[in-house]
Amino acid sequence: MKELRVEASVKKLPIVFRFVLEELENCGCSKKTMRAIKLSVEEVFVNIAQYAYDPQTGPAIISMEVVRDPDPVRVIISFADTGKPFDPLVVERPDTSLPLEQREAGGLGVFLVRTHMDWVHYDYQDGMNILTIEKNLQEVAR
Amino acid sequence: MTFQKSADGKELTVALTGDLDSTNTPELEGKLLEEMDGVQELCFDLSGLDYVSSAGLRVFLTTQKQMAGVGKMTIRHVGEEVMGIFTVTGFSKLLHIERD
Repeated sequence: MKELRVEASVKKLPIVFRFVLEELENCGCSKKTMRAIKLSVEEVFVNIAQYAYDPQTGPAIISMEVVRDPDPVRVIISFADTGKPFDPLVVERPDTSLPLEQREAGGLGVFLVRTHMDWVHYDYQDGMNILTIEKNLQEVAR
Repeated sequence: MTFQKSADGKELTVALTGDLDSTNTPELEGKLLEEMDGVQELCFDLSGLDYVSSAGLRVFLTTQKQMAGVGKMTIRHVGEEVMGIFTVTGFSKLLHIERD
């Protein structure tokens, strides 16, 4: 397991991407899976950056682990912050069938995380919001 | 990110390349705000775009809404990856996408 402690700010996104993608590249993850994980990481991190400490700023702690046992190989990434308690998973799913005039931009981020990850879980523990996302890496050999 | 405007100022083509994420969408929004006045035909060329997140989708949605009253917005040369995002979010039905 490796960990990154970083200011929860959108401008830190490149550092967060590097932290996550380096590891995935090293373990032979496919481009498609990497893109799905990158997208989910952006959505979760940016959510924290924009809302957790608003209008101040604060830290985000990101931990990542590639688990090889039991099958299949999967990656687990957790995002912790000490900001306002908030479960992003209660946000209503956007109705993707609505016409243009009625479509709102809200809720898209979490929706994208749900559609690109195999498992998404929220917990509030010891004063921290902890959002964990998980994806199977079928293409990676044990 | 390149902007090309016709001589009469009515047509604007915006070519996006690489990643459209939360770090560079403010730049896109700012430039659109500067350039969109008087534009009746807006075209996004996404042939070089590999990645879009919800931040970029928001820009497409708000821009499409803005253009709805004054003219036409078209999206061209969408790659497979970006098209996947447009499809799963229902944006493929909201945006005028010209398939290659």
